[in-house]
Amino acid sequence: MAMTTAHRYTQRRAQPVTMRRFHLTDTGTIFTVAALACVTVIPIVFLIVASFARHWYFPAFAPREFSLRAWEYVASSSSGVTTALWMSLAVALIVTILSVLVALPAARVLALCEFKGKRLIIFLLMLPVIAPPLAATMGVHNLFLRFDLTDSIAGVVLVHLIPCVPYATLMLASGFANFETDIEAQARTLGANRFNVWRYVTLPAVAPSLAVAAAFAFLISWSQYLTTLIIGGNQVITLPLILVGFQRAGDEATTSALSLVFLLPTLLVFIVVARFIKHDASKSI
Amino acid sequence: MIRYSRFRVALMLAPALIVIGGLFIGGLLLALVQSLGYFAAIGENAFTLKHYAALIHDEEFHRSLFLTFALSSIATIISAALGLMCAVSLREVASRSRFASVLLQIPLAMPHIVIGVVLINLIASSGLIARLAFAFGIINTPAEFPALTADAYGFGIIAAYVIKETPFITLMTLAVLVRAKDEYELVARTLGANRWQLLRYVTLPLAAPAVVSSALLVFAFIFGAFEIPFLLGRTYPAMLSVVAQRRFLSVNLSERPDAIAVAVCLAIISSLLVYFYMRLARVLVRLDSPTTFL
Repeated sequence: MAMTTAHRYTQRRAQPVTMRRFHLTDTGTIFTVAALACVTVIPIVFLIVASFARHWYFPAFAPREFSLRAWEYVASSSSGVTTALWMSLAVALIVTILSVLVALPAARVLALCEFKGKRLIIFLLMLPVIAPPLAATMGVHNLFLRFDLTDSIAGVVLVHLIPCVPYATLMLASGFANFETDIEAQARTLGANRFNVWRYVTLPAVAPSLAVAAAFAFLISWSQYLTTLIIGGNQVITLPLILVGFQRAGDEATTSALSLVFLLPTLLVFIVVARFIKHDASKSI
Repeated sequence: MIRYSRFRVALMLAPALIVIGGLFIGGLLLALVQSLGYFAAIGENAFTLKHYAALIHDEEFHRSLFLTFALSSIATIISAALGLMCAVSLREVASRSRFASVLLQIPLAMPHIVIGVVLINLIASSGLIARLAFAFGIINTPAEFPALTADAYGFGIIAAYVIKETPFITLMTLAVLVRAKDEYELVARTLGANRWQLLRYVTLPLAAPAVVSSALLVFAFIFGAFEIPFLLGRTYPAMLSVVAQRRFLSVNLSERPDAIAVAVCLAIISSLLVYFYMRLARVLVRLDSPTTFL
């Protein structure tokens, strides 16, 4: 009886209480959303305007003349942008495929098995993900020299694997962490062979994490600057390298156009996988 | 939990371990060896600590180390404070609309180089903000505008990281807040807590672990990152990664072991930070976290 009264009491009180949970008033929320929107919108709008602007100097706040010069230059073969674009794409795609292939078995084991040294492996995986692997890149440079891997695409791909493989592994492991292996056993009992189990049971279950892992491996490789510079030695020219070059040269319109070329694939990839990204920190291996 | 044989565990981990052990750990060890006097290209082939000893008396290294610590701390503290505020104020919206969470995620996908390029054009002495100041008659020439890029206080570097890392800390904190049970607040409300008490004694303690651990990640990242200080910072004193890069790519090969010594110091500090993070986040790792590490 007492229980029921208490229960009724919370039921009755619950409604107004949850409604009045603290938030920095509605204006605060609106302000925050607006500020965040600015972080996204201002750079993109600025880059679009600046890439079409001509003779846009101090003190003109808005450009007075527009031209297609920057875009024509970016599209022309003499700027080297198209070559760099293909180079970036090729390197990032190879790195993505290799990262996912390497990460798949490792992620499964890390998420579903207990073994000695697991914490150490996770620590080593986190290191290059969180802190850019500068020392390791400088260290392998000498080794790569001996095997003719410096100034080569293969060398650049290898050095990109240092941050990309750990990232893909950690992302995929979170997908496997919630995976019930019993379903695989059930499929086996029903007569599915190993490949079909993987194809029709395991793969669909981890597909969202797989997409996120692949997307981030791609994005990390795509935005590498220093590792590409050190190992590629200005022979493997990717978009970030050419972009920084134009920035240093002070050509604002071309830098802006190039920034958009560099930015768009990252946004596209991100929008495609955004719905699979979970921000739930509770799941862990 | 599945039981695999030890052999099978080793076999499945092997490809990843080859990359981690071979390229990453191998690279770190090679870096260590080369900074300890085994750098054949310049005729060094005996153990020496001179490259590290040189750092002790290296004025640039001291200033750079101090600058790196200072800028990383300031940018992290500001991002954490703003991130916490954003998370608290977005809590209601985020659980209802996908729009807010997508909006938060987009800055994470923006490469640091692009943020740097745009920011230079906004805050440089002839940038858009200076032009606005001119339009309002506050300044007459670009020279009158305060130096915000390549300045002594690293304003541009801090601004770029705050823009990039605040959404990250917000997302990590929001994940915890949205998931937090309503019961705590119900209890506090029934006991007569007002809104500020609710914030102080319920919401903040709930959010604190997420804010602190994500701030530690942000600090570790800023400490070792290169692009932003390279684009927006001064050349002297520069942040550690920039110093290491400049010395490594110098025409003078004999500077390479010194560069690697700086990079090894950076790697040691980063490893300690990541270790602290793992101790702090009692569950092993927050895996699903989105990334700023692009």
